Amino acid sequence: MSDQETKGLLSPLRRKLLMGMAALPAITMLPKASFAQAPATSAVNTTGLAVTDTEVTVGILHSATGTMAISETGSIEAEKLAIEQINAMGGVLGRKIKFIQEDGASDWPTFAEKAKKLLVNDKVAAIMGCWTSASRKAVLPVMEQYNGMLYYPTFYEGLEQSKNVIYTGQEATQQILAGLNWIAKEKGAKSFFFIGSDYIWPRTSNKIARKHVENVLKGKVVGEEYYALGSTQFNSVINKIKLTKPDVIFTDVVGGSNVAFYKQLKAAGIDLSKQALLTISVTEDEIDGIGGENIAGAYACMKYFQSLDNPNNKTFVPAFKKMWGEKTVIGDVTQAAYLGPWLWKLTVEKAGSFDVDKIAAASPGVEFKGAPEGYVRIHENHHLWSKTRVGRAKLDGQFELIFETADLVEPDPFPKGYQ
Amino acid sequence: MFGDYSIGDLGSIFVMQGFAGLILFSVYVLMALGLAIIFGQMGVINMAHGEFMILGAYVTWMTSNLFQTYLPSLFSGYFFLAMILAFVASGALGMLVEWVLIRHLYKRPLDTLLATWGLSLMLQQAYRSVFGAREVGVELPQWMLGSLHVTESIEVPINGVFVMCLTVLITIAVAYVMYRSRWGRQVRAVVQNRIMAGAVGINTEKVDRYTFGLGCGIAGVAGSAFTMIGSTGPTSGQLYIVDTFLVVVFGGAASLLGTIASAFSISQTQSTLEFFLSGSMAKVLTLLAVVGILMLRPQGLFALKVRK
Repeated sequence: MSDQETKGLLSPLRRKLLMGMAALPAITMLPKASFAQAPATSAVNTTGLAVTDTEVTVGILHSATGTMAISETGSIEAEKLAIEQINAMGGVLGRKIKFIQEDGASDWPTFAEKAKKLLVNDKVAAIMGCWTSASRKAVLPVMEQYNGMLYYPTFYEGLEQSKNVIYTGQEATQQILAGLNWIAKEKGAKSFFFIGSDYIWPRTSNKIARKHVENVLKGKVVGEEYYALGSTQFNSVINKIKLTKPDVIFTDVVGGSNVAFYKQLKAAGIDLSKQALLTISVTEDEIDGIGGENIAGAYACMKYFQSLDNPNNKTFVPAFKKMWGEKTVIGDVTQAAYLGPWLWKLTVEKAGSFDVDKIAAASPGVEFKGAPEGYVRIHENHHLWSKTRVGRAKLDGQFELIFETADLVEPDPFPKGYQ
Repeated sequence: MFGDYSIGDLGSIFVMQGFAGLILFSVYVLMALGLAIIFGQMGVINMAHGEFMILGAYVTWMTSNLFQTYLPSLFSGYFFLAMILAFVASGALGMLVEWVLIRHLYKRPLDTLLATWGLSLMLQQAYRSVFGAREVGVELPQWMLGSLHVTESIEVPINGVFVMCLTVLITIAVAYVMYRSRWGRQVRAVVQNRIMAGAVGINTEKVDRYTFGLGCGIAGVAGSAFTMIGSTGPTSGQLYIVDTFLVVVFGGAASLLGTIASAFSISQTQSTLEFFLSGSMAKVLTLLAVVGILMLRPQGLFALKVRK
């Protein structure tokens, strides 16, 4: 990555400075050749993790099979890319990262079992994994009992914080509030219709959104509807939307239902270029299945879009496509998953140790300047400071960035006044 | 909830809600027809029914890609060819499955439940390996998108009308084949008494294989049509299987008319309740009603009179 970045720099002074900086990683790489100078394994690993003089093992724990494979494939790909890039730069504390991949198989007890296997048998130094809240909730007690470190990529409902987890996705307030503020201001929106899948994440998110609409924006929620996971028929609710004529349709429908919802919305003659729709559940990954023509014009509230125009993202996207194919798309969670191995590497280097306790303590304040979404930093509550962005879906399945918050938004997993 | 709306608004919503119910009805019938043959006529509990549907959806997706690449000028008509191919592909797979798996289990109907459930898992993983874990988007020709603008506020989705017409056509065809043709008579003879049917010279193995193939083929066509309204991914078939069994069991397993009546009552209840309550509450109440009625009439709405 650093090679590509230096190419674009023209000023001789900057180039010199950068050459000096470029030499820095080389210094940490030196010990690789002569182990005598590397931080001794006994010093960086006091708790018996799988760390040798040349290698450190981490776990990847996602669903490669089952329903959730649709979503989790992108995360697996991103984590492997990050690990490969870190290894190409010399690894962590002079050690190459080796990974053991386990399949959670979209089954929550399996996730817990595999997490235990990774921690107890394989003694992995960290786990990149989980996707749904249900799988994280299943894995959390295992992480806490055996003192592991989990990097969790998905945007989620909040209301959780653990020493043993770093949440690289957004919690609910980070994702929702700025988006609602924007659409209220931009579209003068006063009435909102909520529609979501019926489980914890949409329900919690909508609860927060409703409080915000009613108490802060002084607007009105004219409808709040939930459909069972996997529902494919939305004609009735679409009629209700037509009847109530909300300024904004606010959706957190997930999975296959998502596809059905947008196809039927379009078939019912609701034109998303006129009817404002704000979603917090559709990324580039989902549009692949929905079809750009069915969702063009909708707004999505995320922290990352593949189309983001910044230097980090411009090296990240081609690297991802080179590894996983020209047609792959990169959604919000995929990017958040990519942050996991990097944040872990930076934290290990800050702590000067692989020990989980030291990593947990060193995490707050760790910053990653190379994040494709831009700069991120870990908060005391183990979530990330990150920006909220609104993008508009285009016909080709990409988003056009419409709005981003000026500053990083503080993560607030237990929001006061929203519970 | 109606206080704020004008009579005109209410009228058009009433019409649109009626259409929503009819579309749901057609979708249910289309889902259930294949299973009504396999489960209803043959007594095979086919848990892999959804996967046969998704095979049809994937065939449609591949056809659409082929047309886009090689015959873009004919793209607007590809869907008809895709449905035929979907029928052939799912039907062929169905016959293969019957030959390899099902024919050994006719005397152990409950075991077909496990065997076909295993089959559904295998098919899902096969789709995942071949087509990738991510969902695919099936691109539709322009004329099938959007809606017919009837009045200012009444709009009828074109794909809904398409599904309705398709359902009517296939239902008529199935009814003809099962109840008017020589072959349908053979099928019913085999179902009623396999040994006697064999004794009078019916090739029962062949009848079984073609019947199973026909059921799976219809599932394929349904899957092809559902690319218009739903998702196409390795596990999308799971979205349909519960509703499908619900419709067939509620209607009375062996009766085609029962399937239609049950699809009608479930879809109308569901879509009316959905309008007045929220989506998941509507589902709960519909299922409760179905459970209640099945407790009173375990044989379903329309059962054949059998002497026991």
